Parts: sequence; C-alpha cells; structure tokens
Amino acid sequence: MKHTLVALVENKPGVLARVAGLFRRRNFNIDSLTVGTTEDPTISRMTIVVDSTVADASLVERNLYKMVNVLFVQDISSEPSVTRDLALVKVAANAEKRAEIIQLVDIYKARIVDVGQTTVIVEMTGSPAKVDQFIQLLEQFGIREMVRTGLVAMKRGDEPMFQEDTDEHARGEWRVITNG
Amino acid sequence: MKRTGGQIVWEALKREGVDVIFGYPGGAILPTYDAMVDYDIHHVLVRHEQGASHMADGYARATGKVGCCIATSGPGATNLITGLATAMLDSSPVVAITGQVGSKAIGTDAFQETDVTGVSMPVTKHNYLVTDVRELPRVMREAFYIARSGRPGPVLVDIAKDAQQASLEFEWDERPIRLRGHRPQPRAVSESIAKALDMIRSAKRPVILAGHGIVLSGAYREVREFAEKTNTPVALTLLGIGAFPRSHPLCLGPMGMHGEAYVNRAIQESDLLLAFGMRFDDRVTGNLKMYAPHARKIHIEIDPTEVNKNVKVDVAIISDLKDALEQINPLVEAGDHSEWIAAIQDWMQDTHARDIIRQDPGGKLLSPHVMLDLWKATEGNAITVSDVGQHQMYEMQYYGHERPKTLITSGGLGTMGFALPAAIGTKMGRPNEEVWVVAGDGGFQMTMAELATCVQENIELKIAVVNNNFLGMVRQWQEFFYDKRYAATPLFNPDFTKIAGAYGIPSYKVTQRADVIPTIQQARNTPGTVLIEFVVEAEEVVYPMVPAGASLSDMIRRPVNGTQTQVTDDMKQAGIGAGSV
Repeated sequence: MKHTLVALVENKPGVLARVAGLFRRRNFNIDSLTVGTTEDPTISRMTIVVDSTVADASLVERNLYKMVNVLFVQDISSEPSVTRDLALVKVAANAEKRAEIIQLVDIYKARIVDVGQTTVIVEMTGSPAKVDQFIQLLEQFGIREMVRTGLVAMKRGDEPMFQEDTDEHARGEWRVITNG
Repeated sequence: MKRTGGQIVWEALKREGVDVIFGYPGGAILPTYDAMVDYDIHHVLVRHEQGASHMADGYARATGKVGCCIATSGPGATNLITGLATAMLDSSPVVAITGQVGSKAIGTDAFQETDVTGVSMPVTKHNYLVTDVRELPRVMREAFYIARSGRPGPVLVDIAKDAQQASLEFEWDERPIRLRGHRPQPRAVSESIAKALDMIRSAKRPVILAGHGIVLSGAYREVREFAEKTNTPVALTLLGIGAFPRSHPLCLGPMGMHGEAYVNRAIQESDLLLAFGMRFDDRVTGNLKMYAPHARKIHIEIDPTEVNKNVKVDVAIISDLKDALEQINPLVEAGDHSEWIAAIQDWMQDTHARDIIRQDPGGKLLSPHVMLDLWKATEGNAITVSDVGQHQMYEMQYYGHERPKTLITSGGLGTMGFALPAAIGTKMGRPNEEVWVVAGDGGFQMTMAELATCVQENIELKIAVVNNNFLGMVRQWQEFFYDKRYAATPLFNPDFTKIAGAYGIPSYKVTQRADVIPTIQQARNTPGTVLIEFVVEAEEVVYPMVPAGASLSDMIRRPVNGTQTQVTDDMKQAGIGAGSV
C-alpha cells in the first residue's frame, strides 16, 4: 500500500542529502519525494510516498524522526487530506487531433500552456489517480515528453498539523504498533 | 575576549570536560593545533588516524564520557572513518574534529580536500561543516550534546581552515541546549508498562536478553533487582557482557552465534523474552523466521527505530532503560521459575561435558585455555580490550566479567585492529585499572604501529597476541562451509617479540600451557607495557556455532569422544546461502 508521509525539516544545507541518504542506507524504496518552502522560512516541508506495509511505513517514520534536522513526521495516508500532483505533458498534436485533445483537456480541467507546430504542452493538476487517468488518455496521441512533480499533501480541517508543545513524539512518547 | 576559531575549539573542549584528545596534525587543521599549545588538554599523537578514532571510542566506552579525536582534511579525515563507523554501530559517544580546506576552495578539488561531511554522513549520528567562525561555539556545544544524549554516537565537526583562523568575540552560552528536531529522552507510556506487567506475571519460561543499553543507561542495579525479584535468568549479548555479573546464579552467559547451546535453547524455548537495551542483531538471533517461536517479546529500548526492525515484538517501551525499570520494578510480583531454571541447568550438563576445559588438549596450547588462564591469573579483575575473531569469542566465553565496562570490544562492526588503539584510550580514561589487549595475529598487525604511541605516552598495557598463523575465524568458516579451501587465510607473521623489542617493549613467547599463567604473572609484575605472544594450535575452532542464517536451535557442537564435527547439509546451506550475513 502507498503511504504518504509529511515531514517538517529544518531549512538548512544538506538536509535533503541526509534524508535521501537515510532512504538509500536503510534500503527504503520511495515512490516520490518533494521538498518545498512553508509559511515559516526556517522550515521546509517534504512529502514522501513509500510503497510498503503499515509496519515498514512506521519504521520509515521513526527513522525520519530520529534525524536531528527533522521536527515532525506524520503518515497521513489514513487521514482525510488533499493530495495533488502536477504534470506537464508534451503531446503530439497535428491539425486533425488538436480538437480532440482540447476537448479532453476541457473535460479534465487541465490547461494547454504552450502550442507548437506539431505539439502542445498540457498542464494537469489533480490527485495522483486523476493525473494517471488523464495521462493514459493522452497516450493515444503520442506523448513526446512528460514530467511530474510528485505528490504534495495537506490534511483537511482546522486542526494544526504540528504543535511543538503538544505533539506526543516531541514530548518523547512513542506508541509503536506491536503484535500485543 | 577575542578568540580565533582554533582557540574556540579548545575553549569548547575545556568547557565540555575534555582532558585528553587523540590526533594527528596536518595542513588544514594547523591553526587549531597551533592554538592547542596554550591549553591544558593532553594531546596523544597517534601513528594513524584510525588509531585516533578507536582511542577516542575506547576512552568513551571505558569512562562513559565523550571521547575526542582530531585530524586534518582529506586523508586524515577519511582515515578516521573506520573508527567512527565502529563507534556508530556500538553507540559510543565520540566527537571528531577535522580540518577542511579554506571555505573559498571547497568544491575545487583542492589539495587534501574531501567532502568529509558527505563521506561520514552514514557512519555518524550527526555532522557539521563550519565555514563561519560565528557558528563554531554553538556547533561545538551541539556536537557534544548530540554525541552523549539519548542513544549515544559519534558526531563529526569539519571546520574550514579560514574559520579556524578568523577571530570572534567569544561567548559561551551556558543555557541548556534545545534542538528543535532532537528529542533524546523518550518517556515510557503507561499503557505499554501495564501490558508488559501482564505478560511478566503470566510468563512461565522468561529470559532477560541483557544488552549494551544496560551499560549506557547505568541500569545495573535495576536489572539485577528485576532479575532477582522475578527469578528470571539472564542471557548476555557481546556488548552486554559486564552489565550483569557473570558469576551471578541467574547469569546464563552469552547468547547467539557463539553462545552456549543451553543459552540459545533457553531463548528458543522461552515464552517471554525481555529485551533490555539490545537490538536483536543477526549475530544473536540467527534466522529470524525460527527465532524464539513460542516467546512473546517485550522490548525496552531508547531508540524507537530499533523496535520491530528485526524481530516483531509484542510490547515496546521506548524509554531509557533505567527510567523504565524504576517504574516497572516496584510493580512486578516475586516470581518462581524454579522448574524452568532447573530445566536450563539440566541442558547445561551437556555443554559442560563438551567444554574444551574438560577435554585433553594433547599437549597443545589452545587459545581458549589462554583466555581461561588470563581470567584466572587476573582474578577476573582486569579490563580486557579484545580485537575481532576467534580469540574475541573465546574471551567472551572464558573470561568471566563481573563489572560493567570491563570488556571493550567492537561488536557491531567487528573491526579488526580495534584492540590496541582502543586499549590506549581505555587506559587513558581508567589509569588505575589493569588493561589487557587481547588480539589475534591478523588484527594486531592492522594497527600495531600504535605501539609507538603507547611508548611515547608511557602507557602501561599488557598485550596478549594469540598467534595461530591464520585469520582464524575466516578459516573456521572455510573449514565448515567452503570445503576447507583456505583462500587467503594463512598468514606470514613477523616475530612479535622482536616487533615489541624494536619499540623497547619487554616481551615473552609462550608455547606451552604450563607457561601461560607464570608468564602472565611475570608480565603483570613488570612495570610498563609488556607483550606476550602465545603461539597456539593453528586449526582450533570456536564451538558451538550457529551458522549465519541458521536457526539458533541448529548449532554446530564440539565433538566428544573422538567423534567428528557434524555440519549438516542444512547448516552448510545456511552458512553459504543468501540468508547468511
């Protein structure tokens, strides 16, 4: 099963290398990893997707937490959340197919962001499943180039994701899922 | 007051309580070495930087304080790496300081430039590159704090040459350190403790697995109290040796690959394992699929990433062990496991019958006898610093350690060459103790250049080189699993007594069992460092043995009454198979 982990990390040089090194060293497979800025300039936010069991995702989470530069980690896979992926797809588009492509783009609420003589670039944002579906439909026209940003995610609702004083791990309390 | 970066290093070390540092100078660290002259911290000049990191590690393990080493950029720093990896796997608090080329030159492949923070990242708990002197006081404080807090480990501070030269109005922040992402003191949650107490109450065949965490946490008294109150037998990991007295009636001795068969059988037949500060290393579990199949497992561990890593447990108490047992001990009920203990004692008989001590060595000098005699001659009171291989396992089996921090050995990384330099660090930290180096002929030659350090520093070590002219443990694997094809294991050796002589170190060569104890006593009565070369039987084997990847229940036993060693096809398959580590 896919697990989506959100990590808040200190915005310092080398932190991405540390996290990437952890995944390599511990032999954890990642589907995607994105890093970006947040409302706090001293903190960056990572969204990491791993394909693993619940137990292994928990081990990844604890390994991330252990790093000195990591403030907070949460597996939000089972939480109500908004997840988005962005794709740029350069599709072959000759005169006869162009109308069909535009129609598809309209239906999926994607956008055409560049028009060439024989191709167009389509920008699509949505849940990863929806982006997958859309790309599959574009394949019939011939995909020349494609890039996806990887997933970003945010929990729904008003509750703050991380409060340093009340977070149980920040207080030093761990409830690891066990057999018993 | 104005201080240069180089001076700030020493100001910081002084304030962190450092009295000795092990190192080797060079271009990029020269500004810091130049400043050293004005500070009263003792510097030990090593012969190879690997020695410096092992010495810092040995000092740390022997004292519980942070050990420090220092080296220059490039090759100086990369030579430290083996020692840092050793400290990392055995949770030893070490701070390593390295010089880096000037900040403007970083990234240009300058002379003696290496990306040392990159190289050391996987083998340190944390590391820093300092290119601005203003960061240096904070970084030095954080490095010591991270090295010693929670589960200890090595931290490296790489300082650009210009940051060592630049000056700063120096101030030392005395406030407690708070790092936003580093929370080293987890606290046991009450639900876990309640669950554990239930399991302890209903257990019929419990075994405590006593690990290094007991030593790091200082929980000797608490573990003993728990064991005695619940009448639970105690098995030791290699680094757990000394955490529980070997002569205690509840002490079973070491477990795992070269643990005694009755200890492993007790684990395999147990219905409750209490893992106290240990990490279920492959060398103690054997094949995980067949590990302790009837046992529920309670894991008390300070590092949350160790839980469910190798063995899935039933209760995890993430806490400092001492804190956790202080909560648990008053709540446990007195236990009576006399039937269980009687069963284990019954299995012990077979082990005793096979024990090398009860076999006729036929006039040969055997390495296990040397270890046994060393234990007898020193009355079990010495600190032994062992290297890696057969002698290390014999030491574990036959030298009964009663006190914590009296066996210093490289367990996790299995670093050959560890013993001599680590013993120098140990002796610097515990000058009033008798310190014995126990090394094989292979490992000793890896770092024997440090004999010069020993003499230069006037350090008193007693050195036992157990010479079988083989890389013995590798040879043993070849004998059992690779049809005795001895690829690259026979060794040409120098005359170790002449090597010692070249350094002015008195030495003896022993070839007869009868000479072992008298020579050890002579060495003990000779002031200063003494080396004894024990020329032992070449093809002796450490029994019993669980082949890597095999179940703990499948041990290769010492043959008795003229029978042949039984290595079954399954054992051989495990020993060379994909599951073999």
